Amino acid sequence: MPSLIDLTLEGRKVGQHRPWPRVVVDASVWTFAATELAHGRWSLLGLWGEPATVHMAIMDGQAAEIAVVSLDCPDRSFPSVGKHHPPALRLERTIHDLFGLSAEGAPDTRPWLDHNRWGVRFPLGDRIDALPKATPYGLLVAEGDGLHQIPVGPVHAGIIEPGHFRFTASGETVVRLEQRLGYVHKGIDGLMSGASLERGVHLAGRTSGDSTVAYAYAFSRAAEAALDLAVPDRAVLLRALLAELERLANHLGDIGAICNDASFALMHAHCGVLRESVLRAAGAAFGHRLMRDVIVPGGVSRDIGADGVQTIRAALDNIRLRFPALVELYDNTASLQDRTVDTGVLKPPLARQYAAGGYIGRASGRSFDARRALVYPPYDRLRFDVPTLNEGDVNARVWIRVREVEQSLSLIEQILRRLPNGPTRTEVPLGGAVREGMAVVEGFRGDVLVWLRLRNGLIERCHMRDPSWFQWPLLEAVIENNIVADFPLCNKSFNCSYSGHDL
Amino acid sequence: MRKLLFESVFRRPLTERAPLPDDAAVAELATALGKAARRRLGRSLSIREVDAGSCNGCELEIHALNNAYYDVERFGLRFVASPRHADVLMVTGPVTKNMREALERTYHATPNPKWVVAVGDCARNGGCFAGSYAVVGGVSEVVPVDLHIPGCPPAPTAMLQGLLALFERADAGAVTS
Repeated sequence: MPSLIDLTLEGRKVGQHRPWPRVVVDASVWTFAATELAHGRWSLLGLWGEPATVHMAIMDGQAAEIAVVSLDCPDRSFPSVGKHHPPALRLERTIHDLFGLSAEGAPDTRPWLDHNRWGVRFPLGDRIDALPKATPYGLLVAEGDGLHQIPVGPVHAGIIEPGHFRFTASGETVVRLEQRLGYVHKGIDGLMSGASLERGVHLAGRTSGDSTVAYAYAFSRAAEAALDLAVPDRAVLLRALLAELERLANHLGDIGAICNDASFALMHAHCGVLRESVLRAAGAAFGHRLMRDVIVPGGVSRDIGADGVQTIRAALDNIRLRFPALVELYDNTASLQDRTVDTGVLKPPLARQYAAGGYIGRASGRSFDARRALVYPPYDRLRFDVPTLNEGDVNARVWIRVREVEQSLSLIEQILRRLPNGPTRTEVPLGGAVREGMAVVEGFRGDVLVWLRLRNGLIERCHMRDPSWFQWPLLEAVIENNIVADFPLCNKSFNCSYSGHDL
Repeated sequence: MRKLLFESVFRRPLTERAPLPDDAAVAELATALGKAARRRLGRSLSIREVDAGSCNGCELEIHALNNAYYDVERFGLRFVASPRHADVLMVTGPVTKNMREALERTYHATPNPKWVVAVGDCARNGGCFAGSYAVVGGVSEVVPVDLHIPGCPPAPTAMLQGLLALFERADAGAVTS
């Protein structure tokens, strides 16, 4: 069995790429990598384009090694990865929409983010005029006696992001769900090109609102990797503090919201109060409830004072006091368990194939957590467990969140105890002519990947990959054979990002 | 569950006092609202939230309006599932080109009299996404806007101040009629 090192020896190594290697390979090595992905020996971390190049980030889960392979596409096409490894399909459709590079042999060539509304095609490649008339999107068909379709969205009934879901149902049972996303595509990749690092991190923090810390964190770490820049120790710990507060707030909100979708409003009300206490503490300590624009390349832009530490401690004490009763309530309410147990089951092999991150993967036997597997500081000196379950149902995804709330409480306590004095930010140098960097950070919903290339200190190209890319298709799979009324439960227990995905 | 419910009978409510309406919002609304509002609506407003391209930050804080601290329903403000039930469209995001038509159709599906509240910096002028090939810009480029609530995202209290201003103007309209 080849290792990733062998693969990187096959290509021409790119000098200024940190911390993992990037190699330019030929089409045969590219296809070999795709088939190895298909055999499950490696996991696909990302697949993105440039005007005449495609890049693929691959991880060897056993060794926690990562490599980026790149393929030049002078004739504007590249051998399809999705043909062998379905998790790549939507990424390839996106590469075509944005850059005009086609995946040769891909089984699905429909547009993905491009709804023919931009007035231009291939906006980040060789732009051409939009099609004169929008052709209807070819939804997949399901045929059979008594099947009916239920179209939902893009504007939904709740306060959630826009996307279209097309259910095909037989009576109450869903036989197929197809998603149509891209409604919140803002062209962030395009806005990043030519931007300063300051604007870059500002945009990164607005890619997915609930993961604003995780994105700013990953972006900053990628920029620092490119520039070979070390961050002061106080900032290193403060960043983890911010990330854990974000995880805590989101998990608390999610646990309540999942129960609410099973019509159990009491949990929602109590979890909402706990979530609010985290946001208020964050607002008092860092000046912004969602902790936006705090993490920046070089460190953090705001330090925390003694009263900030005090406020956070008080919020934690309150959660420690109240949360166990809520967990008990969840565990002991049969009517609630009846809805969550055995609903929306994601089988472990599928989670592994899609390299599903976060609570989705961990509820289906995939224990990957970037904080543990890729050990970035300060997590190398903090004690925490990565909870894993195998059931893969809505209930398991709730329990993973419950356990992660407990872990985050402990992590925050450890961070506050260890917080050293000292500076919180270091000067960011312009760097050499061309520098490339990459980072993977564990957000609350999974691993956020940021890859960027700097030229004379400005961003030439930045690609951000939300964990949702590999989680959305799994939602299509788990809903099968469940009843329509359980879709909100399945959906909420996944809580995939629309904005982070559509970018 | 009984214990939790029992405790809440004796515990002081978490709900906080209402903030004063935002002066700037009252001024903006003075020109936007007619006299008919208060008469037709009484003291209740149904709100349909439309994400027209936001990063979801505004939605998180709009959700917070429903928690025990802010408890918007005590003011007669209520989030509804359909534009056909709504008096107010609360729109977030730098309207993306892919969402433009959906926003227009939602607006037309909302019966008159109706108001549009644009929430967040992006909804005002596109915010940091302005100029992108995929973005239209502020909400007012697509549908008429009666009130802007700035912020990235605005805190729940700021949203509450704006919405209370909407009431206050509606009330004033009724007095002069």
